[in-house]
Formats: sequence, C-alpha cells, structure tokens
Amino acid sequence: MAASRFLGLIAILALPALSGCAVLRLGAMDAAGPIAEAQRNLYFLLAIVLIFVAGPVLVLTPLIAWHYRISNKHSTFRPKWVFSWWLEGLIWIPPAGIVIGLSFLLWNYTQRLDPYRPIAASQPPLEIQAVALDWKWLFIYPEEHIAAMNELAIPVSRPVRISLTSGTVMQAMLIPRLAGQIYAMAGMRTELNLAASQPGVYRGGNVQFNGTGFAKQKFDVIALSPSDYEGWLAAVRAAANPLDPSAYAQLFEKTTPAQPILFSSAPEGLFQKILSRYQDPDMKVHR
Amino acid sequence: MNGAISPTILGRLEWLSLPFVRAWQNPTPDELIGAGAATIVVVGMAGTIALITALGKWRYLWRDWFTSVDHKKIGIMYVVLAFVMMSRAVVEGVLMRMQQATAINAPGIVEPDHFAQLFSTHGSIMIFFMAMPFLTGMINYVMPLQIGSRDVAFPLLNSISLWLTGGAAGLMMVSLVIGQFSTGGWSGYPPYTELEFSPDVGPDYWIWAVTLGSIGSTLSGLNFAVTIYKMRCAGMTMMRMPLFCWTTLCTSILMIFAMPPLTVATAMLALDRYLGFHFFTNDLGGNMMNYANLFWLFGHPEVYILILPAFGVYSEVVSTFSSKELYGYRSMVIATMSIAVMSFTVWLHHFFTMGQSASINAAFGIATMAIGVPTGVKIYDWIWTMFMGQVRFTVPMLYSLAFMMTFVLGGLTGIILAFPPLDYLVHNTLFLVAHFHNMLIPGLLYGMLAGYHYWFPKAFGFRLNEKWGQLAFGCWVVGFYLAFMPLYVLGAAGMARRTAEIFEPAFRPWLYVAGIGALILLAALVALFVQLWVSIREREANRVDAGDPWDGRGLEWSIAGPPPEYNFAVLPTVSGGDPFYTSKRNGDAYLPPERYENIEVPKNSVVGPLLGVFSAATGFALVWHMWWLAILGMLAIIITVIARSFIRDTHRIVSATEVERVDLAWRDKLFASRSISREMETTSANQGFAEVAA
Repeated sequence: MAASRFLGLIAILALPALSGCAVLRLGAMDAAGPIAEAQRNLYFLLAIVLIFVAGPVLVLTPLIAWHYRISNKHSTFRPKWVFSWWLEGLIWIPPAGIVIGLSFLLWNYTQRLDPYRPIAASQPPLEIQAVALDWKWLFIYPEEHIAAMNELAIPVSRPVRISLTSGTVMQAMLIPRLAGQIYAMAGMRTELNLAASQPGVYRGGNVQFNGTGFAKQKFDVIALSPSDYEGWLAAVRAAANPLDPSAYAQLFEKTTPAQPILFSSAPEGLFQKILSRYQDPDMKVHR
Repeated sequence: MNGAISPTILGRLEWLSLPFVRAWQNPTPDELIGAGAATIVVVGMAGTIALITALGKWRYLWRDWFTSVDHKKIGIMYVVLAFVMMSRAVVEGVLMRMQQATAINAPGIVEPDHFAQLFSTHGSIMIFFMAMPFLTGMINYVMPLQIGSRDVAFPLLNSISLWLTGGAAGLMMVSLVIGQFSTGGWSGYPPYTELEFSPDVGPDYWIWAVTLGSIGSTLSGLNFAVTIYKMRCAGMTMMRMPLFCWTTLCTSILMIFAMPPLTVATAMLALDRYLGFHFFTNDLGGNMMNYANLFWLFGHPEVYILILPAFGVYSEVVSTFSSKELYGYRSMVIATMSIAVMSFTVWLHHFFTMGQSASINAAFGIATMAIGVPTGVKIYDWIWTMFMGQVRFTVPMLYSLAFMMTFVLGGLTGIILAFPPLDYLVHNTLFLVAHFHNMLIPGLLYGMLAGYHYWFPKAFGFRLNEKWGQLAFGCWVVGFYLAFMPLYVLGAAGMARRTAEIFEPAFRPWLYVAGIGALILLAALVALFVQLWVSIREREANRVDAGDPWDGRGLEWSIAGPPPEYNFAVLPTVSGGDPFYTSKRNGDAYLPPERYENIEVPKNSVVGPLLGVFSAATGFALVWHMWWLAILGMLAIIITVIARSFIRDTHRIVSATEVERVDLAWRDKLFASRSISREMETTSANQGFAEVAA
C-alpha cells in the first residue's frame, strides 16, 4: 500500500521533471566557473553515496511492512524477538563508517572551496568591492576607480576577488552559476573568490531577506572576453557619470534602480568609507 | 486619521493601525485580505463567545477546563491551541504558495510587506504555537499515565505554562487585528529587526510573543523532567519506561538548556529596541553575529525538541501495531540520548555563510553528519520492530510508515546541507525551505497526528473515524510531496526564499505544482476537522470504554478511556517493560485492587489564567508603548504570584468510596465488553477490550 502510493508519487513528480528540467540551468548544475563546477561535482559525488544510505530504508520499510501485514498468514510471527547483535552491528557500524568517510571528503572540500581561498591562476585576481544596499548592489572597481550598480562585469578566466560589506542590514550575495553565497554585514568585510570560465550573463542577487524591495534586488554578472572587458571599462569611463556626493547620498535610499547605473569614477577609499560608516560618531545615522 | 489617537492612554496606536480602516481608505486586494483575516479573528472570537454564552457553558469551561490543573485537561487544551494555530498557519502557507504562483512577472495577490508578515507569522506560529503546544500537550497527556503517576510534579506550574503559551498565541492573533506583525522572519535577525530598519510594532509583537512562549516552554521542560525523575510508580525503573517517556525526558532537558538562550536573545533585542542598547545594532559596537549565535544555540536543539517526541510516538505506534516489543530498546535509548547531546554541537551550520574560517565550518559540518548516525539507527530499529511482527495499517501506522520514508529523504538533503561548500549554494534558497519542511512535516506533524489518532480514544473514550483519517493522511502525504519536492529544484536553481515576486518564467511550472500541493495540504487540514466532526457525531458506535482499543502495551491503556481525574484508582506496580501488555498475557491485568484509599488531588487554580491574561496584556502594552498598562500588568503578575504563595489550602480529597464507585462502574463496562481480535480493531466491534492470543 505504502509502496504503490510511493511509486505513484514518483510518477506524478516525474512529469514536470521531464518538461521543467531547464530550470536547473539557472543554478550550479550548469556551472560556468571553476568554483561552481567543483561544488556541482561534489554534489554528484555525494548524491551517489547517499543513494546507498537512503536506499535500504526506502526499500526495506514498505517491503517489511507489507510482508509482515497481519493478513499474511505465511509470515513468521515472533513477538519476543527484540535483539540481534548482528543487526545491531549492521545499523551502527556501516553508517558510522560512511560518516567517517564523508568527513574526509567534507574537510577536504571545505578547505578547497573556502570562499576566502584565492583561485590559483597565472594572472593576479581582479579586485572587486561589493556593497550590499537597500535594495541594490554597488560594485566598486578600486583599481579602475569606477563603480557599477546592479551590474558586475568581469573578464573571463581571470580570478575575481570580491570583498563584501553592507551599508545597511545583513545580506547574502549569491551567483549560483559561479559560486556559493556569503553574507555581507555592516562594519565587517567578508570575501568571495570566484571566476567565470566562459562568456555569458549570469544571474546574481541577494538571498537574505531585507525588506519590501528584496525580490527585486537582482543583478547580472556579465562575463566578457578580455578585449570586451576593456571595451566595457572604456564605455563606463566615457559615461561621465561620477559617483559624486549626491550620488553617494542616494546609495542609502531604499530604492532599486530600474536599470543598472554605471559610474565613470568612484572616489578613493569609498569601500572603506562605507565599511566604517557606522563607526563614525558624527554620522548619527542611528535614529 | 494620521498620528497617535491618544498617546498617554493608547501609546502609539493610530486609526491606521486597524486593518479595517486601512482597507476602507485603500481597498486594494492586499488590504482586503488583511482586513478579511482580521475579520475572521474578530468574528471567530465573537462567534465563539456568543456560542459559549448561548449554550451556557462559561461556568463549565471555567471550572472544568480553564482553571483545571489536571495534566490531561491541560494536555488537551494545548492540543486544541495547536490545532487553532495550525489552521491559521496552514492558510498562511497556502497564501504564500498562491502568491508565488501568481507573482511571476506580476504583482500577485499580496503586497511584499504583507507577504513578509505572512512568512514571519507562518514560521513563528508553526514552531512556537503549533509544534510546541502540540508536543507539550501530547507529553502532558501521555507521559504521567505511562509512568504510572497521578499528575506531573508541579500541576499549577503546568497550568501557568499553558496560559503563558496561550497568552503569547493571543498576542499573535491580536497582531492580525491591531497593527502588524514583524517582517523579519521567524528567526527575527537583527539588524533588520532593530529600530533603525523596523521602527513599526511588528518586531515587538514577535519579541513578546516568543518571549512568553519560551518562558512557558522552559517551565514545561522543568516540570516534565522532574516528573520523570521523581514520579514514576513502583518498579518503573528508567530502563522500563516506554520510549515516549525517554524522548520526553530528552526533549525536556533540551527545553531547559535551549530555551533560555532564546529568551536572552529576545530580551537583548528588546533592550535594543526599548532602551537604546546596542547589542545587535550596526553602530556603537553592536554585532548581529552574537544574535545569530544565541538564536541558533536555541534553534538547533529546538529542532530536536520538536522531533524527539514524535520519535517517541513512532516507537509506541510501530510496536503496538506490529504486536511486537520494540526492537533494540537499549539501542533506542542510547540513540535518543546521543541525539540530545549532539544537538548542542551543530548550531553553527545555520550560518556557514557568515564568513568564519573553513576549519570551523568543517568541524560543525562533520558534527552535523554524525548526528545522522543515531537518527538512522532509530529508523532501522522501527523497521526491525515490524520485522516478524503482525503489522496493521491503521492511521497512526500509516503516518509512521510515511514518516520513515519521507524523513530519510530529508536526511539526505540534510547531509547535502551539512557540506559547507554545498550549503553556500543553497542556503537561503527554497532548497533550505524544502529541507526543513521535509524534516518537520514527517518528523513532527506526522508524529503528532499519529499520536493524536493513537491516544484520542484514551482521552475521549471513542475512536476517530478511520476513513476520514485515511483521506487526511493521503492528503498530507501527497500534498507534502507536491508542495515541497519542487522547492528543492527551485532552490537548486537559485530561487531565494521569502521572495514575494518572481522574475524568472522558468520557475513557473514548479511553482504551479507546489501551489497545487499547498491546496492539497489545506484539504488535509479540512479532512482532519471533518474527521473530528464525523467522529463526534458517530461516537456512540465507536466507544472504547474499556480503554484498550489497540492491544496497548503501556500503563496508559490499563485504565478507563477517558481516565478519571486521579488516573489510577490504585497506583500500579510494574516488574518489566511493556507492563500492561505483559500482564494481559500473564492473565493478571484488570485485577481488582484489594482496597481503595482516599486520593489527594490538586485544587483548581485561577493563577494560570490570570498570569496568562496579565502577561499577554503586559506584552500588548509594551508593543504599543502603553506604559501605564505595562506597569499595571507587571504589578498584577507580581501580586498574583505573591498572593498565591499565601494560599495553603491547595489540595482536596477524593474519597475512597468515590474512587471505588468510579472504578467499579468502569469494571462493569469492562466485563460487559466483548474482546476482539486485532483484525477487528477498526470496526465498531472494538469496545476497548483486547483479545489476548495465547
């Protein structure tokens, strides 16, 4: 009974799965960079192990329940049978062994995929400073002295080191096709290393709820070939739209720009200024 | 219409705090839904009051229920509260699914702010005012009966716990009618919930509701632990206790140690909001990471507070309905204890993404996987309990089987989330939402529903309707899979949780399927209420007065259903595990006692209801800054407690003759009952007297 119901469920669930699997291309299943790729591979490796963990329960539960149903007069009934060392060993030792084995895998991958770990490459990483705001992201290019709101252009194949902070409440930046998320918190700096291995446009956004504009706080990561990236930089610089004091003040308004905004220049130390914004006794941002 | 009405008396209450006024001024669908919900609360309250008045039941309710300190009545009131709150929270869940299914490149049916309140109340209610009251009620009813006790260790404290929880739940309901609730989620993370970002009353409602609830739960935990340590009947050693008592003990210990961090965290947030402290603010040295730490130091053990009692129920149900002693009792006890201890070593996995070092994350990830080992052992122990048994597919057993197979899937995704690099990808997405629903729906809700069907005949003397029970079960299971499996896919595709609008058309088919699932879950809830209604109507045909409808194993089945106020006419003495089952086989069950004695029972007390009302009023006053009422409420609480300490006459005597009369009346019914075989237990032939095969 339970078994047939379960199979029925699988059939029902399989229908949209066949037609809707395209949705997974939005996530790390269709990784576009080395970090997300390693995470996806880890996922598949783990999924295979886990089949052996869950399989016995999924098979044994319906089988045993059905075989030993009260109406089956051919099954053994031994109400006093309550223990077997052999079975006991089987349910404690192999699972513990699997967990010990997985622990090595977990330790290894957690160190390897530490968001702070620089990605090995021949070129130095591109430095990006990301600021979480209500309800938008500001990306500062400190070496280029430019900034972009809700658009992050990066060159393909070059590692990117993103420093994060928040100008408001805690947020989390996730670009599923490139890497996992990390929190951005006011007064603190966190770091995310990632890279794109092919040109394309990848969705990113905040995934930690931060108010009514939360759902709109998305941005595109545009991975460009090195020459296109140079072209993008030139176009931004040519835009004549500096991040001046009035633009700075607007950062802290609770809005989402309809279109990405490109700033042709950004003041030196902008990230540090926002980072220490709440430490400034003259700011009186509080109340 | 703007501005406070009367700041001295009504604090910061405005006309616009009332959803009716807002809907009148601005009749958008969103405001109308808000006003509709408020109307349901107001009409529901008024209707209930009118109905009780019309039936003339106030005195009965006050005397027999509200002021009662009987653990069985308190247990039932807890479960009633859980069902009421579950109804609201399920509807909110459905509304959220409907919003996401309709808000794909469209505004949907509710505004983002309203949506945020929905997910905040849904989570807060499901954890604090559905799950906690349900399991506390179940423990209250069953555990003292199982250990052969007349009550819990501190009956009045028990009533106070109930009324604090009830008062807190009342605050949750009031927030629908006056003002608004928090938008900061059930975990209330600052700095978002600080004044700077949420100056409205919402987080204050959350703070005081959760604070009252957490104090009630701490007191319940103390009460249950002491009851198990001190109130077991003669011969009931720890290793002879039914497994439900073991899981109760572990849950109680977790409550005692895990609820205070929550109380402290909400109190610190309150200090920030009310007195200008800076524990978790962005500025002046505040640090929200401290909050995350404190909150999850509570939050992770809380998961096991919720799940362990259900594990206890499954242990009882699987053993009873397999006609077989529980496999590996000792192993189960060890596993339960290991889970309880290990539950304090994994809290950091709730914020792997906060930027700490990889080694810390890895250590907590490994601890998280390790907790899966004893949990897996328990699942196998239930499987081996069915092995070579005689399994009957009653409704509680169906829930148990569905639990085992569904929970293991949740366990798998739990191991995925325990890997920090994978958690980075799916944390804060719908994958996480799918995972914890995948744990808590089978691991808590199915367990509580299994227990509800299993012990209902004990509490009320008649069985619940089997057909409607199966229908509700089917809907809970199918609804769960349809509503939550798509969320795994959406989460893996990067869809953030708590999203009021969706800009990704590819999500559409999955959101539709999840929406259908949510409607089926709503149908499941309705089926439960229909089942209750039908069962009450046909109760005469399904009476199990003899008290043992399932060929039960523990002491709770050895007495009448419903049991008398003092539970046992004579306190039992046991000489092994499964005492009632064994004595039925030995032929010494139902032996009349040699003599009856006077029994001392605690008197009713108004202290519980008074403290509940006063603390809810204080909470409400603090929310709205009505300082006079807050001071008055606190004074009333202190005075009530002091006044209670002067009352010496707290017990009354049930005379031996009365005990004898009640006991003999039950024995008459018992011996008039026909014993039935297990094949007939779900038919009207079942009068609660089990046929004992040789």
